[in-house]
Amino acid sequence: MLDYIWSGLMLISVITAVITGRAELLTQAVFEGSTAAVTLLISLCGGMALWSGIMEIARVCGITKAISKVLRPVIIRIFPDVADDSGICEAICMNISANMLGLGNAATPFGLKAMKLMANKQNSEIASSSMIRFVIINTASVQLIPTTVAQLRMEHGANNPMDILPAVWITSVASLVCALLAAVIFERVWRR
Amino acid sequence: MNNIGAYAVPCVIFIIVFCALVRKKPIFSPLCKGAEDGLVTVYKIAPTLIGLITAIEMFKVSGAMDILTSFFAPAAELIGLKKELVPLMLLRPVSGGGSTALLERMLNMYDSESDICRIACVMCAASETTFYTTTLYFGSVKIKKLRYTLAAALIGDVVAVAISNITVYFLF
Repeated sequence: MLDYIWSGLMLISVITAVITGRAELLTQAVFEGSTAAVTLLISLCGGMALWSGIMEIARVCGITKAISKVLRPVIIRIFPDVADDSGICEAICMNISANMLGLGNAATPFGLKAMKLMANKQNSEIASSSMIRFVIINTASVQLIPTTVAQLRMEHGANNPMDILPAVWITSVASLVCALLAAVIFERVWRR
Repeated sequence: MNNIGAYAVPCVIFIIVFCALVRKKPIFSPLCKGAEDGLVTVYKIAPTLIGLITAIEMFKVSGAMDILTSFFAPAAELIGLKKELVPLMLLRPVSGGGSTALLERMLNMYDSESDICRIACVMCAASETTFYTTTLYFGSVKIKKLRYTLAAALIGDVVAVAISNITVYFLF
């Protein structure tokens, strides 16, 4: 799947660029894109290092355990094959909590850790249902406080940047629920 | 109230460090160990990120994104979706930085109290970059077969677009 996505992007880009006469721009994009990626990675280092560090402090003094105890009943419902492993449960809980607080940078290390722990339990290249649902929850992103968008609105002179909050909540919950429902349905129907 | 979001980060930091002090747990060495893990994670996701961002940049530059947008615009008009929102709708699942830049441009062009801007903001706040997150998470553990992940996630994105339009229409 990943093969198809990436190669699709590559081939379509080349063909389109040749047809529209932008071959030179495309060549530039190859180098500029990869450079931009590395710039992004370098800027990620700071946030990732700091937040992973702070979250490790949280883990050591028992905060993550406490949070995951509270969220555990809900998590087990959604991720049935994770019930017996508290490490995965903790990582998932912290990832979701961090996302809800709008702390995407703090959520990512936990998300990747959860994926790694889930992948260690199986030995194949096929995504498990728990993995799929976890990724879907991350892509649906339910934020209690949409900090970035509010920031942008404020900079552009909106009277009350946070007035879109109820709309955002309704929309993100709706999209999350629908995506998860779709996942549950596909689980039975999709044969691959 | 407007700045509640600004307090999220300082509060979290304060609570965690304060807790650790009160419970007499180590602070600096878990900080360093966690930071080290964080850096290793960045190193692990580097290949995926480089490959993906380059591919998306190429896709945008080649004009394929514009073609896709103009393809969908008439269909969008038909169901009552404002055609100015179509590029954002299509870009959001694909690129976080790109959609933020697009949002910024829209806020510049249209009055920030207008429906267009409201819907755009709600759309961006309510969803996340599907392709990027999916490939990042699965790529980091070398899982190739995603099964129905994209299908379900994209359904979520479509729902986000629909509901963002409906809620703004009713609430404002």
